[in-house]
Amino acid sequence: MRVLRAGDAALLVETGDLATAHRLNAALRDTPLPGVVDVVPGEQTVLVVADASADLDRLAARLPRLPLPGDAEGDADPVEIPVVYDGADLDEVADLTGLSRDELVRRHSAASYTVAYLGFSPGFGYLSGLDPALHVARRESPRTAVPAGSVAIAGPYAAVYPSRSPGGWRLLGHSGLRLWDVSRDPPSLLRPGTRVRFVAKERP
Amino acid sequence: MIEVVRPGPLATVQDLGRPGRAHLGVPRSGAADERAFRLANRLVGNPEDAAGVELTFGGAALRFHGRAWIAVTGAPVPLRIDGRAYGTHAPCHVAAGAEVDFGTPSSGLRSYLAVRGGVVVDAVLGSRSTDLLSGLGPAPLSPGVRLPIGSSEGLADISVDLAPAPAIPETPILRILPGPRDDWFTDDAMATLTSTPYEVSPDSNRVGVRLDGPPLVRARDGELGSEGMVTGSLQVPPSGLPIIFLADHPTTGGYPVVAVLASASVAEAAQLRPGQRLRFRS
Repeated sequence: MRVLRAGDAALLVETGDLATAHRLNAALRDTPLPGVVDVVPGEQTVLVVADASADLDRLAARLPRLPLPGDAEGDADPVEIPVVYDGADLDEVADLTGLSRDELVRRHSAASYTVAYLGFSPGFGYLSGLDPALHVARRESPRTAVPAGSVAIAGPYAAVYPSRSPGGWRLLGHSGLRLWDVSRDPPSLLRPGTRVRFVAKERP
Repeated sequence: MIEVVRPGPLATVQDLGRPGRAHLGVPRSGAADERAFRLANRLVGNPEDAAGVELTFGGAALRFHGRAWIAVTGAPVPLRIDGRAYGTHAPCHVAAGAEVDFGTPSSGLRSYLAVRGGVVVDAVLGSRSTDLLSGLGPAPLSPGVRLPIGSSEGLADISVDLAPAPAIPETPILRILPGPRDDWFTDDAMATLTSTPYEVSPDSNRVGVRLDGPPLVRARDGELGSEGMVTGSLQVPPSGLPIIFLADHPTTGGYPVVAVLASASVAEAAQLRPGQRLRFRS
């Protein structure tokens, strides 16, 4: 692991891969270190944000030596996200991938996903594990408003829009599951490392 | 109770934001110039995290329905209470029914109003801050909005008459620490960054200060995997023009951060006006 400075109050730990980032994240949540305010996993990094009281040099020396759990998620059951595959971009994605709509849906709902990291908007998880045949670029021009619950793909990632927002991902369907609710604690159903499956539902 | 008569260009409720939830995609938010915000609270005997109002380019008018103690800090703004001029960086008494008017600041961008007892609008995820990126917290203030004021029971006495107001320089020099992704840029890029003035672009906001000036040249192609971002990061999109991240910045990003402002310089960045010039030094 390489520990980089991100200013005078944060460290960026390069973990080399996503699984190690999740294991370091899990270790820092199980046993919080004094002075650490935020722990933010990325694709191959963990950002550790400290408050003014923390000794960054000590923290930088300590982070690579932390004992990591063998598996960040253990044997927790995956979150099942019901999907009605009626998205506006289904035909377009079928064209781009050369797959039939049925095959597209089958592949999207057959895969096992892991929340790589969150970003873009609160509760928006970037799900890794998308079938490589379904890797398509974002739309050329983003939509100004994508409804909450939209199930979408872009590049190597799948996602569900947790709230209404602009967005350039390709829409495959929608889910009624609430991924983000500020009255809930934690407000996000997904967090880094959460395992996810999509379950195809008939149109209601 | 404070009634918004007019909010000026942009006025929001702010406190110290929502730390600890960045891994869920929740920006920290909170007062952009935290130093000025904390000072305003101390001047009226509040805990430093009590919610107040952040004004952008002044211009607001507020009606106080009960008497109150207030203090205004940050960008020095002409302040009138029922028509009479008062200084900033000092506690002021406001009589019941009085109107508090803010002119345009002579320098800086953001002024802070603290009221003894704090503004006690409903909190979202532990904070009353308006987050303009994610839409969390109360909407930006608009005419007619009423802000309840909390109890002043148990608060510290008001003990300071006047706090020194830090001067806001015409061309601020912001201190940067290189990295974490300075190795994605040419050696020339760091020299350019620290030797040439940049200008604040008009499309700057609480998310970030966009800069115009010489683009920073990358030393390598390819894409960086998305990673966590801190306040004060100088993120460099493909245009090569850095963006200084402020309070409402996204929690993760895929463009390399060439350098990060020293914590002490973040407050100065939050006071930069569109069109203003600035310099960086490492």
